[in-house]
Amino acid sequence: MDTVTLSRSFFGTSLAFHIIFATLGIGLSLMILLMEVLYQWKKDPDYAVMAKRWTKAFAILLGVAIPTGTIVGVQLALLWPGFVKIVGQVISVPFQIEIFAFFLEALFMSIYVYAADKLSPFMRLLSVFFVMLGATASAVLITAANTWMNTPAGFSMREDGTIFNVNPWEAFFNPSFFSGSFHVVITAYLSGGAVIAAIAGYKLLKRNQTAHEIAYHKKGLMLALVVTLISGLIMGMSGHESAINLYEHSPEKLAAAEGVFETTSHAPLTIGGIVDPDTQEVKYGLEIPWALSILADWKPSTVVKGLEEFPRETWPPAYTHLFFNLMVFAGMLQLAIAAIALAYWYLIARKRNAQFPSWLLSAIVALGPLAFIGIETGWIFSCSGRQPWTIYQFQRTTEAATQADYVGPLFFVFICLYVFLGVLTVIVLRTFFRRNPLNRDLKAYGGKSNA
Amino acid sequence: MHEESIAILILWALVFAYSILGSIDFGTGFWSMIYMKRNSTAGDIANRYLSPTWELTNTFLVFVVVAFIGFFPNAAYSLATAMFVPVTLILALIAVRSSFMVFSHSFPSSEQQLRFIAGITGLLVPALLITVLPVTEGSFVQMIGGKETLMYKQLLSSPSVYSYMLFGLTSALFLSALFLADFSRERGDEKAYRIYRINAIILGPATLLSAVIALVSVSIQGNARWLLSNLADEILWFAVSLGLFVIGYAALWWSNKGYKELGWPRVAVLSVVAQYAFASYAYGKAHLPYIIFPDVTMYTSFTQKTTFYSLLILYAVGIAILLPGFIMFWNLFLKDRTFAGDKKE
Ligand code: HDD
Ligand code: HEM
Ligand code: HEM
Repeated sequence: MDTVTLSRSFFGTSLAFHIIFATLGIGLSLMILLMEVLYQWKKDPDYAVMAKRWTKAFAILLGVAIPTGTIVGVQLALLWPGFVKIVGQVISVPFQIEIFAFFLEALFMSIYVYAADKLSPFMRLLSVFFVMLGATASAVLITAANTWMNTPAGFSMREDGTIFNVNPWEAFFNPSFFSGSFHVVITAYLSGGAVIAAIAGYKLLKRNQTAHEIAYHKKGLMLALVVTLISGLIMGMSGHESAINLYEHSPEKLAAAEGVFETTSHAPLTIGGIVDPDTQEVKYGLEIPWALSILADWKPSTVVKGLEEFPRETWPPAYTHLFFNLMVFAGMLQLAIAAIALAYWYLIARKRNAQFPSWLLSAIVALGPLAFIGIETGWIFSCSGRQPWTIYQFQRTTEAATQADYVGPLFFVFICLYVFLGVLTVIVLRTFFRRNPLNRDLKAYGGKSNA
Repeated sequence: MHEESIAILILWALVFAYSILGSIDFGTGFWSMIYMKRNSTAGDIANRYLSPTWELTNTFLVFVVVAFIGFFPNAAYSLATAMFVPVTLILALIAVRSSFMVFSHSFPSSEQQLRFIAGITGLLVPALLITVLPVTEGSFVQMIGGKETLMYKQLLSSPSVYSYMLFGLTSALFLSALFLADFSRERGDEKAYRIYRINAIILGPATLLSAVIALVSVSIQGNARWLLSNLADEILWFAVSLGLFVIGYAALWWSNKGYKELGWPRVAVLSVVAQYAFASYAYGKAHLPYIIFPDVTMYTSFTQKTTFYSLLILYAVGIAILLPGFIMFWNLFLKDRTFAGDKKE
């Protein structure tokens, strides 16, 4: 592989690893905040136990989120020096604010984790709130930089590549900033809910549990399902908003996502299938007539641009269609599972005081993997769908990439590092929770429950 | 003052803050490893400092990188190209170190091994980080085919690079020992204080010696003459710096009525930090206007003016908002005896 391809794979791998922990950092901090609020509100110690145990998991995950974040932050400069040269002049503002968001999160995370017993209930809530705020803000800010790459604004470029006429705030609030960052935040919340629901569902599938343990997991499950459902609904709307944004600002990305080659009105939405750029068609896909035109602008006569309008060498890779489909599919499935589970509870389980059946619990367990399929494929879609541009219509990926030697061997080292850290994280989490069984924590809080 | 000068001053301040915080952080990780079995109170003190603070210290590192990119993007371009391999290795070390440190809290059965690896990898970081200095001095970078290339052979066979590394290491150990001595006393643990005081007493002269060795080896090797002659002009600052070291070192022996043990660690820490501040300022001044000798200066690599002023405003606002949080943090973790005194969290 040449250095540019290696750099792309290297950076994509680092981000794909970081985003797992970063997303959990955002999603879990929201869930922990909700648990603390429920504890103060209902005075049910189960919620305090839940918050405490999830905080422990959160702290362990942060031990990977932060160094991997440091890796991607510095690698941005190492692998894309050409890009960073422009970033520094135009869009360094969100990166700078992000540092303050990191400080906010790190400060209050330490306060919450290491000094919890010294804080009044109000200060505890405030600390978790700031942790959540810091994590959410860091997502919004990094997405500001990413959306600016997709829809650059706030500067002009001369023929020779020099920059002038810079307005950092216009760059920050670029045309896809609001839709993009909102989508990222809401899908992170969705993932937090989905992961906690999956774990609670997994625990409920196990036998040999005390009544108190079952009650505890059910409370966690209900809270998580409600969060999944609400954020899932908002996610759908915000995903739609993002698609409209593509229609307006990145037409070739939309065309590639949907496998549209010819410009047409009454454009169909194609689900699944394989895009073949040579024959210019999508094979084996399921076509829903008119749907794409309606999605883009609410009427079937909306004209959607096809790839034929753009020079072939700037077409995004054909596989973006697959990643886009996977993302939407993962999102819809999560929404459906949460909705069915809650409907089942409302209509059946609640009245007969019954448990969830195991088929439903198994589906709930699938929420966890689905969340990450959505996040990963969504990002790969967004970043690969921008190709061949790093900064859309201003800088090509080849111009951004490093020319340094030894990219390949170091990439290999980092793959090993990520595999190793990933495996170790799972082992540490499992060992920790096996050594500190739930029952002991429940007893430590008086053993009562308002189930 | 020119915008460029303000920017470089802010950048220096950040680099300086990180080099102190990072030295204490990485050094403390080392002490935590050393004293884990041999002397549990000294090990405990080290951990008690490390647990809540490493995240903040790490954020400072990212702060330095982001400020560098924001203020001097062209210099970031050149340095990123030249330093690709060493910095990538530093990142891997940091990842192993931070995660192992966190894991060791939750994994008591393997705590020893985990902390051992965290301690060792942590110590390699300052040694590698300081190689940025010889590289920016221009000795080991050449333009080959239009790109900055690091001359690995020269770098790895150069005694001055190793003497820089030695200086980075001894500084990390000295600063952290000194800081932990003060922290032990603050917590009321005279036993740990005694240990860290002795370590500081041994390491103080060692840092001074390694600084001299570094200077001598640079002048013998003679590949950064421009810097040496500039450094000579700043002799006054270095003299003040040396004076502060003497005060700080002596403070470890002043008798202190409130305690059984000798020494005023707080005075020692503050004057040694001031010592490093003066020396860093003098070094930085001698380095100007070059960021990377001889092609990249602070003038040729400066960012856009509008971006610069936006960043400046952000610094003011950000610090104003975060300051109360830092004060709360300081009171909870570094001042409070009850917290520092109690057993595991
Ligand atoms: C759990 C995760 C998840 C789920 C279920 C969805 N998305 Fe998404 N989507 C993301 C996670 C994500 C993301 C990872 O957050 C992305 C990648 C880059 C970005 O800005 O957000 C993204 C990007 C993204 C983009 C591209 C934005 C751009 O590149 O400028 C569009 C058009 C959509 N999404 C649309 C949708 C639709 C219509 C969905 C289904 C209803 C959907 N997303 C579900
Ligand atoms: C949308 C994708 C991303 C999200 C949602 C995200 C979010 C987060 C979160 C929540 C953390 C933990 C912060 C803390 O606890 O201090 C984190 C760490 C970090 N992230 Fe990401 N991140 C993303 C992508 C990136 C990218 C692309 C970069 C760099 C260009 C980056 C740079 C960092 C850095 C430097 C840290 C470490 C901060 C520290 O040292 O405290 N992140 N990120
Ligand atoms: C965190 C989730 C993310 C993932 C999984 C991800 C994934 C990827 C992948 C796979 C590539 C290679 C694209 C290709 O060559 O086909 C890439 C490139 C890139 N991404 Fe992302 N990305 C993420 C977030 C971000 C963010 C938030 C930023 C903005 C700061 C960003 C900036 C870049 C840059 C600069 C490149 C290289 C240049 C380019 O290929 O355009 N990425 N990313």
